[in-house]
Order: sequence, then structure tokens, then C-alpha cells
Amino acid sequence: MKLMACPLNGPRNISEFICHGEFHNQPVPENTSDKDWADYVWLADNAAGVVREWWCHTPTNYWFIAERNTMTDEILRTYPSDDLGQSKETRS
Amino acid sequence: MVLALLKYGLSRRYPVREEIPRTPDLKKHYDVVIIGGGGHGVSLAYYLATKHGITDIAILEKGYLGGGNTARNTTVIRSNYITSQSIKFYAASMRLYENLANELDYNLMYSRRGQLTLSHSDGVSRALRLRADSGTFLGERNEILDRQQIKELVPSLNLDIEGRPILKGLWHPDAATARHDAVAWGYAIRACDRGVELHQKTQVTGLTLDKNKVTEVQTNRGNVSAGAVVQCVAGHSSVVAGMVGLRLPIRSFPLQAMVTHPVKPFLDPMVSSTALHCYISQSARGELVIGGGSDPYELYNTRSTLDMKESLAASALEMFPFIGDLKILRQWAGITDMTPDYSPVMGRSPLANYWLDAGWGTWGFKSTPASGIYLAQAIAEDRVPEMIRPFRLDRFETFDLVNEMGATAASH
Repeated sequence: MKLMACPLNGPRNISEFICHGEFHNQPVPENTSDKDWADYVWLADNAAGVVREWWCHTPTNYWFIAERNTMTDEILRTYPSDDLGQSKETRS
Repeated sequence: MVLALLKYGLSRRYPVREEIPRTPDLKKHYDVVIIGGGGHGVSLAYYLATKHGITDIAILEKGYLGGGNTARNTTVIRSNYITSQSIKFYAASMRLYENLANELDYNLMYSRRGQLTLSHSDGVSRALRLRADSGTFLGERNEILDRQQIKELVPSLNLDIEGRPILKGLWHPDAATARHDAVAWGYAIRACDRGVELHQKTQVTGLTLDKNKVTEVQTNRGNVSAGAVVQCVAGHSSVVAGMVGLRLPIRSFPLQAMVTHPVKPFLDPMVSSTALHCYISQSARGELVIGGGSDPYELYNTRSTLDMKESLAASALEMFPFIGDLKILRQWAGITDMTPDYSPVMGRSPLANYWLDAGWGTWGFKSTPASGIYLAQAIAEDRVPEMIRPFRLDRFETFDLVNEMGATAASH
């Protein structure tokens, strides 16, 4: 059993969580070209290394941010999305 | 006898023949550089050489021939998809496979078994009917079987799975299996016969760009320039594309599989369940090949997990309860480059001389001949053939997707 530390519920079985993919800032629809919008919808960095993602603890429907290493399958850090702070301005 | 053996053993002429030449020195330039020496890379090289007379080719493989995802798939060849674009493409690949052992003069252990896809709900039964009819319309053989027919076809199958009784089956008699390694070896041997260079243990570390062109391929054994560069790196598509600054519509997940110890043959067709996310077949050696466990989050790591093995075993037991005493002989995972529509991304990239053969998710092995032959045509003629145009990268810009989720996901 692999554990993930939920910022709300503490360590839980990873089967209780769903990964919702890379953290991206949504572009503003009014001033985004069709191509850029399509890129935002479909493309992924899919990095081999440290990634920053949205995860959800499904029994409590609590959404948060996790940083993990896709090469080693290590979970490095989990925190509430409020803590994204200044880095929120740049796309992960 | 003993002396003859000794003499032969010490002779310089032993072993008699190296089918795959040793890795030569890298030249400064090649007409075509193929990144990735798996099934797709060597198939592409073979067809470039045989169909188009292009033999100044280097295949750069970071490990050994066919040692990546070619060695990790569960070798299903079939065409029972749902869109006309996919059915035509995979059917073309199936036809090529049928004659491939003859063409390559190499035993691929090709075996036509047929595939049975099971439905456990009315909704899925309707989807199977649509797949059957779509295939039949394009000349492929598909049939919907009822419970009695399923029982006759696979007597050992448990039809009355608790909570998920088997209702219908999609029978695809032309589906087949083949030895995955042999496919890579056969293509590689025949490509090398014609002058293609296979460079094993040669890792691409970077790609040099000048405006819209790849001018140099950097490797751990020196740099080379090339007329055209193609990436055939299933499992690492995003990483290599990233070297030229491209982002792809791909997310990479491990897919786990396992085999049991060998038993007497009892299962001729390949059986796949849509609801149990499990497919099972019996290899020529008698091992049961059980696959379909896609990890729930993205990874570039081929570790196996107990969770996944437990759920795969549970699903297999629902279908064939009597295999409960069999032991798992080995387990593995491959990295599947999943696209949003479960179709590949192949053809041109936004760069002038850089070609893509990517997004092969769980459908790469069955496409090995067709991807090679059509991509070879595209590169040789600098024009993408109609057959693979639907799989172009820029379909995502126009939301012109080729949705095969229902015909692909987990059930292979």
C-alpha cells in the first residue's frame, strides 16, 4: 500500500486519491487565440522528473497540490492550493 | 568427435554468423536518422530501404534492439476498432503481419487465434455491435456472439460472473499474436542486410535546431547531421520531442502485465473483458498472459505494484476461476504514451525535417508494420499518405479527433 499525505486528512492509501493532471493556469478566453486555447486543452509537459499536479482525496472531495517525481514514484510534497503563492503566476 | 568439437569451438569462424552487425562507428551524416531501435524504428528503416531505396540510415538505440516497450507489450494484433480511419489503418497492419514471416524469412511465431471481447452490460453490447458493424462495413470479419456461442467457443470461461454476467461477445476471428522480439529482430536483420546501420547503446542527448530545422543529433557517441530525423520512442515521446521544444498531447502511464507458469493448452482465443479491465491469452509455451492494469497516475517507471497485480488476478479469476492455483511466473510494466483520443500521433511535426511516430499508447505492437510502411512513404515522398493523415499532430488544433477510447482502453 502506497501512502499519500493529504493536507486535510493526513496519510491515506493512495487508492483514495485521483490524480487530475499537471497544474496549469487557465488562459483568459477573451484574449487567447484558438491555437493557444487548443494547446491549453490538449498538450502536456509530461515531464520525466519532478511535476506539480492537482490531486483530489475522493472521500472528502478535497483538492490540493502534490509535487512528485515521475522517475522514482516518490511523493515529495503535498499542500493546499492556497499555498501556491507567487508561483501561481507562472505555468508549472 | 571430441576433437572435432574442440577444433570447431576454438575456430575463428565460430560462431558462424552474426545476423545483426556489431554497432559501427557513427558517420558524420546520414540521409535519415531514426531515434529508437524498437519495432517501429526498425520497421521504418526496413521499408525506407526496401520500398524507397533509402539505405543511408542510422537507427540510434539507447539500450539494445527491441529492449524497450517492444519487449513489454502483450502482442495483440487486431483491427476491431470503431472509426473508419482506425479500422483501415489497423487492418492494413494486420494484412502486413499475415505475410510478414515470409517476407522477412524469419519466424515470427505468428499465430491467428481470434479475439473475443466480452460485454457485461447492455450499453457495452451496443458499442460492440457498432464496432462489429463498422468493421464489417469495411470488409473486416467481426461477429456478435450470444452466450451459447461464447460457451462453445471458450468452454472454460465462467459466463455467470457475480454482478457482471457475460451478455454478448465481439468475435474477431482474424486477430492474432506474434513473438514481439522476433518482429524487431526480423525487421532489423533485413534492414541491416540492405545497409542500414543499427547503433545500439547510443543515446540521443540533444537535438540542435537552426530556425525550423534539426541540424544535428547529439549522442553519447558523438554528433551526426541528417537530412531527416524521426523519433520512434514509445514511452519517451514527450521527452525526446521536448529536445526540439515540442509539447505533445501525451501523458505517459505504466501498464502492468504478468504471466503464470505454463500449463497444458486450453485457451485458444485471446479473451478480453471491457468491465473487468483485463485481457488474457495463452502463449505458445502455455503461460497465461494477463494484462490490462494501467496505473492510475503518470510515471516513467516500470516498477510493478501489488495492488495492480491483485486486481488483475482478481479479474482473471472471475473469468477463469480454476486458475486460482497457478503461480505468477513473472511480471513487468511498459510505459504507454496515452493520447486524449487513444489514437497515435504520427507524420509531420511543425519542424521542416523532423517526423513523429508517437502516442502509441497500448496500440503500438499491432501497428508496427503499418506505421513503418506509411511513415516511410511520407518521408521518402515528402507527402503524408491518406492512410495516416487522420493521425496528424495538428488534429488537436482543429478538434478533429479520432476517438478510439471505447475500442482501446484497458481491453487492448
